[in-house]
Amino acid sequence: MSEPGSPVVARRGGSRAVAAFVGNPLSVLGLAIVVVIVLLAVFADFVTPFPDHVGPIGDFAAMSAPPASPYMLGTDAMGRDLFTRIVYGYRLSLIMAVVVLAIATPVGVIVGLVAGYKGGWTDYILMRITDVFLAVPPLVLAMAIMGFLEPTLMNGMLAITAMWWPWYARLVYNVTRAEAQEGYVLAAETVGASTLHILFREILPNCWPSILTKMTLDVGFVILMASSLSFLGLGVQPPTPDLGSMVAEGAKYMPDGWWLSLWPALAILLVVLGFNLVGDGLREAFEAEN
Amino acid sequence: MLAPSAEPVLTIRDLRLGFGTRRHQTEVLHGISLHVRAGEKVALVGESGSGKSVTARLAMGLLQESPRTHAIGSIRFDGIEAISGGREIARRRGNRVAMIFQDPTSALNPTFRIRGQFRDVLRSGDRSIRDDEADRRAEAALAEVSIPDPKRALDSYAFQLSGGMNQRVMIAMALANRPALLMADEPGTALDVTVQAQTLGLMHELTERRGTAVLLISHNLGVVREFADRVYVIYRGRMVEHGTTAQLFRDPRHPYTRALLAAIPKISGGGLPDLPERSPDFDQPMVVHEGCGEPAERRS
Amino acid sequence: MSAILELDRVGKTFTADGHHVVALEDVSLAFERGECHAIVGESGSGKTTLANLVLGLIPPTAGAIRFNGVPLPGERSREQRRSIQLVQQNPLSALNPRRSVGASVRLPLDVHGIGTSASRAGRVAALLEEVGLDGDYARRSPRGLSGGQRQRIAIARALACEPELIVLDEPTSALDVLVQARVLQLLHRLRVARGLTYLFITHDLAVVRAIASRVSVFQKGRLVETGPVEAIFSDPKTAYTRQLIGAVPVVTDEEARLRDAIRGGAVPMDAT
Repeated sequence: MSEPGSPVVARRGGSRAVAAFVGNPLSVLGLAIVVVIVLLAVFADFVTPFPDHVGPIGDFAAMSAPPASPYMLGTDAMGRDLFTRIVYGYRLSLIMAVVVLAIATPVGVIVGLVAGYKGGWTDYILMRITDVFLAVPPLVLAMAIMGFLEPTLMNGMLAITAMWWPWYARLVYNVTRAEAQEGYVLAAETVGASTLHILFREILPNCWPSILTKMTLDVGFVILMASSLSFLGLGVQPPTPDLGSMVAEGAKYMPDGWWLSLWPALAILLVVLGFNLVGDGLREAFEAEN
Repeated sequence: MLAPSAEPVLTIRDLRLGFGTRRHQTEVLHGISLHVRAGEKVALVGESGSGKSVTARLAMGLLQESPRTHAIGSIRFDGIEAISGGREIARRRGNRVAMIFQDPTSALNPTFRIRGQFRDVLRSGDRSIRDDEADRRAEAALAEVSIPDPKRALDSYAFQLSGGMNQRVMIAMALANRPALLMADEPGTALDVTVQAQTLGLMHELTERRGTAVLLISHNLGVVREFADRVYVIYRGRMVEHGTTAQLFRDPRHPYTRALLAAIPKISGGGLPDLPERSPDFDQPMVVHEGCGEPAERRS
Repeated sequence: MSAILELDRVGKTFTADGHHVVALEDVSLAFERGECHAIVGESGSGKTTLANLVLGLIPPTAGAIRFNGVPLPGERSREQRRSIQLVQQNPLSALNPRRSVGASVRLPLDVHGIGTSASRAGRVAALLEEVGLDGDYARRSPRGLSGGQRQRIAIARALACEPELIVLDEPTSALDVLVQARVLQLLHRLRVARGLTYLFITHDLAVVRAIASRVSVFQKGRLVETGPVEAIFSDPKTAYTRQLIGAVPVVTDEEARLRDAIRGGAVPMDAT
């Protein structure tokens, strides 16, 4: 414990959060999973044994080969190395998650901040629009959008983004409503600060813990959603390696070719689990900070 | 009033309390002792962080369950040892010992009518009591705290009554089972001054009439002077002064008590003295006024 | 007349779902420059509504508010906002936990373009020192600071605007007694040194006696009594004021005598 008078105080909140995160073995496990998957995805060209199996053509001599050297996880019906395709599938999934969240988060955050702080008609209109999006089951909405559009990677991301931002709007709206009652917001108003300053410099920093936690959890869920779409044939099209389509494709060969869908399914499970553990750890860490 | 040799209703001896994990503990009570005799009104006065509220909570057996608290010493209530909490003390809560909180409106359950909550309280004292008998007693109790229409109050929810009314309901509930000891933690602090004065007067009158012992927890020396017979002053987990109300207010001896009394603005004027917020003098040993020691240890 | 702030038959009625609630009715009151004028009342007295009207957070539904003789419009200019500042009751929520102390105190300087951007850091340090804190506090987070320290920082932030009038909304009621005494002294010193005018909202009549020179008593949205502090305590004119003083918990025999005399209606000669 440091004395209340020492300069350590300023950083005490942050270091307490780090200590809480590191002190939880599950959070550390989640972080390890996430780091390994991200590193694999980034360096896919170097860590995969058969980078050319990304395309449509594989090893015709070893089609649907069970796990054995040199194909440690086996091959698919086209003779392509499953490990290689899973790693490239991770790369695609992570890119999708980052793009979706990079668009959905700012849109949702701005809608939530403005509606929560302004109140009145602005609040009413913005939040009713948000509610309409939230009322439709996400997968149904995405399927509807994909039904109108060509099933391409771009359109898949568009569909998922369209259903994702309202969750951030809701979250930030609720935090903003609570924060707007705090004395520091009144203080900023009475010293004459602009609405932009109050929204982005005063209130937004207090929303960050909730936003960051949700974003981390959502990386897993966006991947799951993207996989569900491609499992249904509405997302990424062959031959691009995608975890969802790999599960769907492999399901045709069950139960004899069990490895074809088992490994990609486990891969999805692992990445969702990893990001969930990190997200839960972050939430607890931010709570410890206060 | 009982003879002074009788065992006090509540005796706290060398109470220490640590918060935190086994490795990182912060001690918040450094060995405090106090006692309350039957029918006596004792105040424990201190500022925020002094440890006065955790003392009351420990005495009610409300903190012991938490794995992050480590209490040692002795808390004897009603002839039982309550330092480690447990069922014995829990059974006496609301019955032999009752508590009144700072904010009466939030202490009552907003989702139930007063009537149901009052029945629960009475049932904790007498399991076999019938609803109509409970209601009759509740009405009588509410009338006693000068609630004009007890029937209507019983049919209300807490949020439908004013803060002052809720405080009276709380007092009526707390005293309904004729407890031996009433713990009042900053009663009425959330209320307006005039309402606070009324409720304190009411509480004083009722406990006096029934011979209920009171442990008043407060930061407000004015309230303490008005209410208590005897006063303990606590500062940062240590007792610093103990005396009768007259002794303590006429002749404060500990530097901390003196500073507190001097720092309080007075309606008779006199401006504000130049006092430090903290001083090494405040850590001087405890002052016990004549005739106010702790009772001798009893074998049991 | 040297009144800095005048309320001329000011009223405020809130309307919701067709219900009208009169929060403040027909209040005329003048605040003299350089004075500490206390506003006393219980919950529902309208004292918070009065503060919000003066700060321009809500518009009056009747009457006019004049500042330095000029009527204040519904939508105030930046300059008009700057001249009237606020110190709130709860020091724990008054500072943004995710901004440094320095950023909070500096905000008014940035907003109103006071000084050059290079000189502002020094100004922040000087303001912190003026309220009795070390300039190093600027780098700290409000987390872990005591209520008294936070309240001093809130005062520094209000001073950064170089206001003429400060609305003090129960500024010491959340503080411990010893801390309250120090903060009240600081407020007194600042008022004298800077020629500030205070509108001091409180429920504590003993605090009024300690710091204010004038007091106005409000009850249910109406001004029931106003006058110099000495006069109110020696000869309260209304039953409500007597009731308020009579309810104050006191700590000395001298106070008790004064209070009992006021309760009884007759005031002893030695009361003041």
